Amino acid sequence: MQQIDIIGSRGARPLERAIQIFMVICSVIAIVITIGIVFSLAFEAYRFFQLVSLQEFLFGLQWSPQTAIRSDQVGAEGSFGAVPLITGTLLISAIAMATATPLGLASAIYLAEYASPAVRNIVKPLLEILAGIPTVVYGFFAALTVAPIIRWTGTEVGLEVASESALAAGLVMGIMIVPLISSLSDDVINAVPQSLRDASLGLGATKSETIRKVVLPAAIPGVAGSLLLATSRAIGETMIVVMAAGMAANLTANPLQAVTTITVQIVALLTGDQEFESAKTLSAFALGLLLFIVTLVLNIIAQFIVKRFSEQYD
Amino acid sequence: MTDFTKQSPGLKRRHAAEIRFQWYGRSAIFIALGFLFLMVGSITMNGIGAFTQTKLALEIPLTSEHISVDDLEGANYDALVKLALRNTFPDVTKRRDKRKLYGLVSPYASFQLKDQVLADPTLVGKTTKIWFTASDYVDMYIKGNIDISRDEKTRKLNNAQIGWIDAIQKQGNLEKVFNSAFFLGGDSREPELAGILSAFMGSALSLSVCFLLSFPIGIFAAIYLEEFAPKNRWSGFIEININNLAAVPSIVFGLLGLAIFLNFFGLPRSSPLVGGMVLSLMTLPTIIIASRASLRAVPPSIREAALGIGASPVQAAFHHVVPLALPGMLTGAIIGMARALGDTAPLLMIGMVAFIVDIPTGILDKATALPVQIFLWADSPERAFQEKTSAAILVLLVFLVLMNLVAIILRRKFEQRF
Repeated sequence: MQQIDIIGSRGARPLERAIQIFMVICSVIAIVITIGIVFSLAFEAYRFFQLVSLQEFLFGLQWSPQTAIRSDQVGAEGSFGAVPLITGTLLISAIAMATATPLGLASAIYLAEYASPAVRNIVKPLLEILAGIPTVVYGFFAALTVAPIIRWTGTEVGLEVASESALAAGLVMGIMIVPLISSLSDDVINAVPQSLRDASLGLGATKSETIRKVVLPAAIPGVAGSLLLATSRAIGETMIVVMAAGMAANLTANPLQAVTTITVQIVALLTGDQEFESAKTLSAFALGLLLFIVTLVLNIIAQFIVKRFSEQYD
Repeated sequence: MTDFTKQSPGLKRRHAAEIRFQWYGRSAIFIALGFLFLMVGSITMNGIGAFTQTKLALEIPLTSEHISVDDLEGANYDALVKLALRNTFPDVTKRRDKRKLYGLVSPYASFQLKDQVLADPTLVGKTTKIWFTASDYVDMYIKGNIDISRDEKTRKLNNAQIGWIDAIQKQGNLEKVFNSAFFLGGDSREPELAGILSAFMGSALSLSVCFLLSFPIGIFAAIYLEEFAPKNRWSGFIEININNLAAVPSIVFGLLGLAIFLNFFGLPRSSPLVGGMVLSLMTLPTIIIASRASLRAVPPSIREAALGIGASPVQAAFHHVVPLALPGMLTGAIIGMARALGDTAPLLMIGMVAFIVDIPTGILDKATALPVQIFLWADSPERAFQEKTSAAILVLLVFLVLMNLVAIILRRKFEQRF
């Protein structure tokens, strides 16, 4: 009688073993990438901090990363105070969020609570298109159309507006973020149980009162999570600010002036030929590390909040 | 007794608030979509002109006194073009005016003439009418983009030049044709000759590398995490990791590419190979997340049935579950590739911002990409490059629409509800 090799057909086959090992390797690659990011940024940033102190980088108010042509040159080291870049990034992100939050939330509420299925099916994909357009297109539009309009309007009412104002970059970036906020908030609002609405409507509240006083408070954690994700997106956005924001590191809170951002400076420092030993080039990695840490922290908090929220009504 | 027919005084106000609240939502959607239409509309209006190009014809005296059949390579074609222009307008004598006259045709007109003569040596010996690409200012004037009511000194074409252009047009020697150079040429310093083919090929090569790397790795990782991985702390960590990678700013991936692929491994700068590798780092999380969702949609009964009749877990996954989930995985991959096609920032970091005239043929050649070309042209001061930028954006958007369309069709066609 022929014996059937049961053990042999149970996953012990060499090919199956190989496939399983290959799959494990593939899924570990995600971690390898993260480690790669952390190490490459940290290593180059460490070299940078041997040339420039961490204190100067984090608290210095002057950003002018020149490289010395002669060793005895005045200001040869350049100065690497990142504060103007951080404030510039925050200013533009704040303008973007101030634009995107009301637009995104209002459209999410309308789509989730008021719109008929037909309207929803048309408007939602159209809003998604905004998210699918490459940011270089937004940047071109911001620099070529929006910035001149803002400048012209400002001059008409007697304000002095820089041609690369933070306002233009921030507004356009805000529009770009609207679909992110609206689709995430839409999910969150839909996850609020219908029984809460029914109870409120049953007590005689109007629909908008129900939304404002019952649905939104219940959805607040999820909405906050989506706003944090959007903020992280705004801070890391590159092309819009490279094309529409300025290069000069101004320390100002005036949205009509030109400011520069972390991402703009990374691009400016690293495009073209670089000398890899100079503090100027290495400073881009220190900025990159800063950017990575800030966005990572925002993302982790946001994901934590959203996860907590979705469990709340399960 | 309370009179229920009487409205409470606040009700009117509350209803007004209700109406207002709805209008907030409507106007928010209106503003966002209005911006979309304004942006796409203005870029289309701006860019549509770049698909046509102005050409003008000159009578070139290819006679024996100017060119000899024995030495076609060495003939002075530049002088021939200039001579033809002077013959067309014999009353132009001053040096400065002559230079203005020569500026009507593209600086590459002599090369165009040379190519034509070399291709057809029988032209030599007679005076022939030959079409040349007009310079970008002539092109802008013909398309109505130069305001002739402005002061002569502040515009790019003076009155004499406009007079010459009008005269050539009256003779029927000027026409607007389809701009094939835009689709078949590489980048150029002269806007009238700049094309997107080199950038397009760079994008195509990078995306191929990106797809070949990220698709297999992405789906195998997804299959492992969804079908095989034990649900423990370690797989939870991988999951959080992947979600966070999806939200890392793209420029950070560019920094990684610069530090590790270029400086550590010494891979060639500006090459589609490195571009594709960097883009695949960004696409990987998208593909893994989409693939896992699509695997999750396959009901457990299919796995159980396969396992029940004796299939090994690997067989159950690869013979039964994966084929059902594959359309969803492909959809995720295409959407990820569409994002990669539009991404610019990481490519700037690894030097794909070079001025590329030649069409790249391999993944190790120096290349640029379509969105980077848009970024480079957007920086050029010439009015004609503005038109080119918008036109290149239109081409990019067309490809994005096509890719998303394929993804939607795939989803519609193969979507199964269990």
